[in-house]
Amino acid sequence: MAMKCQKCDKQATFHITELTGGKPQELHLCEDHAREYLTSSGAEPTNTSSMAAALAQQVAQQMAVGQTAEELAELDQQSCPVCGITFYQFRSQGRLGCPHDYVCFQPQLEPLILNIHGESEHKGKSPRRAAGSAKRTQLIRLRREMKEAIEEEDYERASQLRDQIRETEKEEL
Amino acid sequence: MELNDLARRSGEWLRGSGPEADIVISSRIRLARNLADYPFITQASEQDRTQIEDILRERILGIEASGEMLYVDVEELEGVDRQFLVERHLISREHAESQGARSVAIDCGERFSLMVNEEDHLRVQVIASGFDLGSVWQQVNRLDDLIEEKVTYAFHDRLGYLTACPTNVGTGMRVSVMLHLPALVITRQIEKVFRSLQKISLAVRGLYGEGSQAMGDFYQISNQITLGRSEQDLIQQIGDIVPVIIDYERQARDFLIKESHENLHDRVSRAYGILRTAQTISSEETMHLLSSVRMGVNLGLIPDLGIPAINQLFIHTQPAHLQKLSGVELDTADRNIERARYLRRHLNKENGGGPAEKN
Repeated sequence: MAMKCQKCDKQATFHITELTGGKPQELHLCEDHAREYLTSSGAEPTNTSSMAAALAQQVAQQMAVGQTAEELAELDQQSCPVCGITFYQFRSQGRLGCPHDYVCFQPQLEPLILNIHGESEHKGKSPRRAAGSAKRTQLIRLRREMKEAIEEEDYERASQLRDQIRETEKEEL
Repeated sequence: MELNDLARRSGEWLRGSGPEADIVISSRIRLARNLADYPFITQASEQDRTQIEDILRERILGIEASGEMLYVDVEELEGVDRQFLVERHLISREHAESQGARSVAIDCGERFSLMVNEEDHLRVQVIASGFDLGSVWQQVNRLDDLIEEKVTYAFHDRLGYLTACPTNVGTGMRVSVMLHLPALVITRQIEKVFRSLQKISLAVRGLYGEGSQAMGDFYQISNQITLGRSEQDLIQQIGDIVPVIIDYERQARDFLIKESHENLHDRVSRAYGILRTAQTISSEETMHLLSSVRMGVNLGLIPDLGIPAINQLFIHTQPAHLQKLSGVELDTADRNIERARYLRRHLNKENGGGPAEKN
């Protein structure tokens, strides 16, 4: 059954989750009202709303290029191998789970970042210490796996992981 | 130094000095940083949070001049103390209200505050009274360098400093200037100013940040964009626009003085009268009236009162400050009575030795 637009009698083809305010709010709109909603700047110009607007616009764009609901749902299920966060979790809370998310969700984040900042390349200060990023993200993954091993009461694996963490930490110092 | 020592003072940002201090309350810059080898806060386990806190506490207390620093475990604080730090702009509301291991380091002049385990692992903030972004940037940049000597930040070659929210990625920097703009509000020009700021990607917020109302005609102007421009460029954009807004506000004040002097003088005098005589008064009404009085002082309509004293009243009449200063927990009704008493005592005392209010 087709859903009606919340603002008129046309069919709702845009399904937007508004993340500003306390609870995420579902919006079902026809194309005209969705465009009006996405381009209006009535919302407060806060961090969260620029984020929400960028997210909503991205979803609308994906719908517009003909991705089906199933394809979007599949996208939402993708998770980061390092911290375990799903793309859906990121979308609903507006916060990423670890530095590696910028790498593994790159195709989704790229247009979002461009939308928020109008740029995609950092110009400015860099830290003097070079981060060996592969080793670093490995530590995040190892700690998570250790926590999971403990939760599953697999103490042998947990202690192996602990040793591995210590070794990696030492190499990094 | 203890937390209670802070209550009686008014902190750097309300000192009421520095360039353009009649209109510019404070200049502030904060940097968002994350450790490279821990997940961001949303995915961090309790153990991760504790370790992040340990690493950053050791590093922060290790930097020079940290002997003068107050390191506060926010998780262990009472509600009123958390609220107190929010009112003073030393921690964010989010930091006060969240759960788990988190802390803040504050120097005794309240010029800088370093929040650990807020939205990002570390938020380094420096604040100065008046319009002075240059020295603020110097200080915050130096603090960032000092901390970075011993810890490795999450950094991406192309995207810059990585942050929990993509709205902060790149420089991780937010530059905010807090302005007092009562004449633009009275002459109904403030909306126009906002719209033009939004067009150039600058955000306008109230006194207490995101989502807060513009209480007391205070407005914070800050950059929305953090990626693709250098720190200096971002600072310059704000640095260029603030004098324009200051100029608008001064023109609006001149207009009010020339075109409706009696109305303006009446408004200021009535506000002053209510504040000096009320027996019970809400925080909102206090802010609203103090705003008129503050402008009156700047325009020479109230000769016997100073800006630092007014600035102090803005903060000392906030709910948590009132309770800290009186030393007891008070409900809303009692706070309104205590607030009125506090205002009477201070405004009548300031007024050249008039009869002091007896309690």
